Amino acid sequence: MSNQTENLIKGGSFLIEDVSYDRVFTPEDYTDEQVMIAKTTEDYVVNEVVPQIEHLENHEFDRSVKLLKQAGDLGLLGADVPEEYGGLALDKVSSALIAEKMARAGGFSISHGAHVGIGSLPIVLFGNEEQKQKYLPALATGEKLAAYALTEPSSGSDALGAKTTARLNAEGTHYVLNGEKQWITNAGFADVFVVYAKIDGEHFSAFIVEREFSGVSVGAEEKKMGIKSSSTRTLILEDAQVPKENLLGEFGKGHVIAFNILNIGRYKLGVGAVGGAKRAFELAVQYANQRQQFKTPISQFNLTKEKLGTMASKIYAAESAVYRTVGLFEDRMSKLSDEEVKDGKEVAKSIAEYAIECSMNKFFNTEVLDYVVDEGVQIHGGYGFMAEYEIERAYRDSRINRIFEGTNEINRLLVPGTYVRKALKGELPLFQKAQALQEELMMMMPEEPGDEPLAQEKYLVKNAKKIGLLAAGLAAQKYGKALEKEQEVLVNIADIISNAYAMESVVLRTEKAIEKAGLEKNKQKLLYTQIFCQEAFNKIEQDAKETLVAVENGDALRMMMSALRKFTRHTPINVIAKKREASEKLIDAERFTV
Amino acid sequence: MNIYVLLKRTFDTEEKIAISGGEINSDGAEFIINPYDEYGVEEAIQIRDSQGGEVTVVSVGSGDAEKQLRTALAIGADKAVLINTEDDLEIGDEFTTAKILVEFLEDKEADLIFAGNVAIDGGSGQVGPRVADLLGIPYVTTITKIEIEGRNVNIIRDVEGSSETIEASLPLLVTAQQGLNEPRYPSLPGIMKAKKKPLEELELADLDLDENDVAAKTKTVDIYLPPKKEGGRILDGEVQDQVKELINLLHSEAKVI
Repeated sequence: MSNQTENLIKGGSFLIEDVSYDRVFTPEDYTDEQVMIAKTTEDYVVNEVVPQIEHLENHEFDRSVKLLKQAGDLGLLGADVPEEYGGLALDKVSSALIAEKMARAGGFSISHGAHVGIGSLPIVLFGNEEQKQKYLPALATGEKLAAYALTEPSSGSDALGAKTTARLNAEGTHYVLNGEKQWITNAGFADVFVVYAKIDGEHFSAFIVEREFSGVSVGAEEKKMGIKSSSTRTLILEDAQVPKENLLGEFGKGHVIAFNILNIGRYKLGVGAVGGAKRAFELAVQYANQRQQFKTPISQFNLTKEKLGTMASKIYAAESAVYRTVGLFEDRMSKLSDEEVKDGKEVAKSIAEYAIECSMNKFFNTEVLDYVVDEGVQIHGGYGFMAEYEIERAYRDSRINRIFEGTNEINRLLVPGTYVRKALKGELPLFQKAQALQEELMMMMPEEPGDEPLAQEKYLVKNAKKIGLLAAGLAAQKYGKALEKEQEVLVNIADIISNAYAMESVVLRTEKAIEKAGLEKNKQKLLYTQIFCQEAFNKIEQDAKETLVAVENGDALRMMMSALRKFTRHTPINVIAKKREASEKLIDAERFTV
Repeated sequence: MNIYVLLKRTFDTEEKIAISGGEINSDGAEFIINPYDEYGVEEAIQIRDSQGGEVTVVSVGSGDAEKQLRTALAIGADKAVLINTEDDLEIGDEFTTAKILVEFLEDKEADLIFAGNVAIDGGSGQVGPRVADLLGIPYVTTITKIEIEGRNVNIIRDVEGSSETIEASLPLLVTAQQGLNEPRYPSLPGIMKAKKKPLEELELADLDLDENDVAAKTKTVDIYLPPKKEGGRILDGEVQDQVKELINLLHSEAKVI
């Protein structure tokens, strides 16, 4: 195993190491099969789900159940289930593409995602042989549907503060569960729930709970702002009788399952956000071409072009960053031996490795989605406020993404937190690199990037990473263990690092595409890269300044500010002109295109 | 039952088509199985599933057509053959394609051959009938229903919106019209299996043909998009004057009378 994994990219290492484009996965690397899988998913969504959305939005969930079974017939529920349990054991990219294409279905995509992701995966990854044999074949076909029950009325972000309890009955045959799980997706129709409870009020553990078990019931359907096509109810456990063999994973090790499943859920949400953003963009640009004011299609106004250019460059960044992460997972997971795959521990380790990337994909991409749907409504003007326009639903559906699977605030805090943990455990030489950077500051000479394509952007990426390291190093040094209380600083650092990751992801993707097919065919990608890198770098500079001023003062602050000035010295590109240029192809294609 | 389906890779005409330098701009264009051919693939699979046999999809074109053939395999065809003319032919027409297909099909003892009614790009609807003619077998075009009992075939074909019932016998070539069936999506297991199904690639030389044997009989002079649709005009005034004005415009402006 060590031989096989030593060539793998370490989680979080991008901040302190350079990586060449041939080591990152990009959407241009999709295989023909992956493209076909995406197409089947898209056809299914457009032809089967979309015509029923109005009914689904009205909570006619018998239709959801039928649609999910239909998805099962096409294989759209079995991507992550091993073949021996009736699944397809597809690669992670295929599984991600399914999630991306599902996104157009709005709330229904949440039903699908909850079933295949957080609902089924705990059993796939942590179930024992009997549990897998018993549950997975039916979950892969959609004969049975799954849900995930972690959140409680008084424990959201603080998942381990759950109050639901489990105790073994006197006969030793059943765990008896008591408590309430709130906002459970698919609760209206799910047959199987993965439920977290504390055994004897202390040992946080996971259980497979069937709807039919005695003492299991659900509350009324919630009235939500968006994703109304998904069922959301409370799961009520009143002396629920769960056979003791339905304990999932190890006694008291529920957190291992919960956190790893969350990691996967996070990058999957990042993927879904890309799909949702592409659809919202398509609606916006089509409308902009159609809508005339002052006898001119509004897409011809420069301010509309500015919006389209910004939206598309952000979508490009979100797509590049998340599929890069998917590629990291695929590399690592595909190297696990069959025994390691069977043993949840190695799989869990592989997932945990990229916790930083997962968190960043989650908050970065869901905010791109929110930005795009918001501008999408704006481009629609008053019509965007009317429920008969799809963008209105997209706008409402988007909002939950910044909240569930760990709020974006929690996910931001996790980024520097996880870095510090990795550094303390010796997994990443973060402190050494930060130290070396301090020394470099003393003798640093400003550089001039060349004018070949991507030279400036590569220069900005390099400096963005250094700024991230500088800010993180400084904060760690200054506050030590008390750093976790400095949440504003931590969030700034997370944003700097996340922007650096996204910048590097677009640069590497564009570089790879140019190497493969030449500059002529990749001009649009280059434009997005230039626009995105400039704007992200501006934001990084702003975050860094705010951080330095908060952390240092006096001479030390002056010295740090001068270092920051050196790192941020560059001649900005004309983003207004670049956005106008980028918008032309988009207006012509009437959809997001690269 | 030995069934062949002739399949063409075409532009997705639901996407925007751009023309530059007298040619359709393939940059960023989406390519699909010609939808009429897809009806053929679906029908062939259904017949095979009920009567046994084998479905082979055949395409003449460039190496890129492999994707569409793989899709047909993913939908459920058993074998695929790509006759790759990329290196041998600059241009070709319906004659070219038909001639190549016939060379290939001649010794295959096909019981039933499906083609599309038309291809949505060229829209000539010639290849199917030409192939049947050269093979010396009967053909029925624009079919919307087919039933096979032994060697007898009952067909309903679409005739300008009406239908006609025809009895025929195998071997036979039919061209598929919209309404024949509802093609299925390639399922994910189908897509994974398609990777392992045989896809044979041939060149003209493998069929003992050279470019002169199949040289196009026609020449494409120009390719252009239809004129942009202009807004209509509403005439006003007395009805008699409107009629005069209309006749005048049809004569002098639209030049249709």
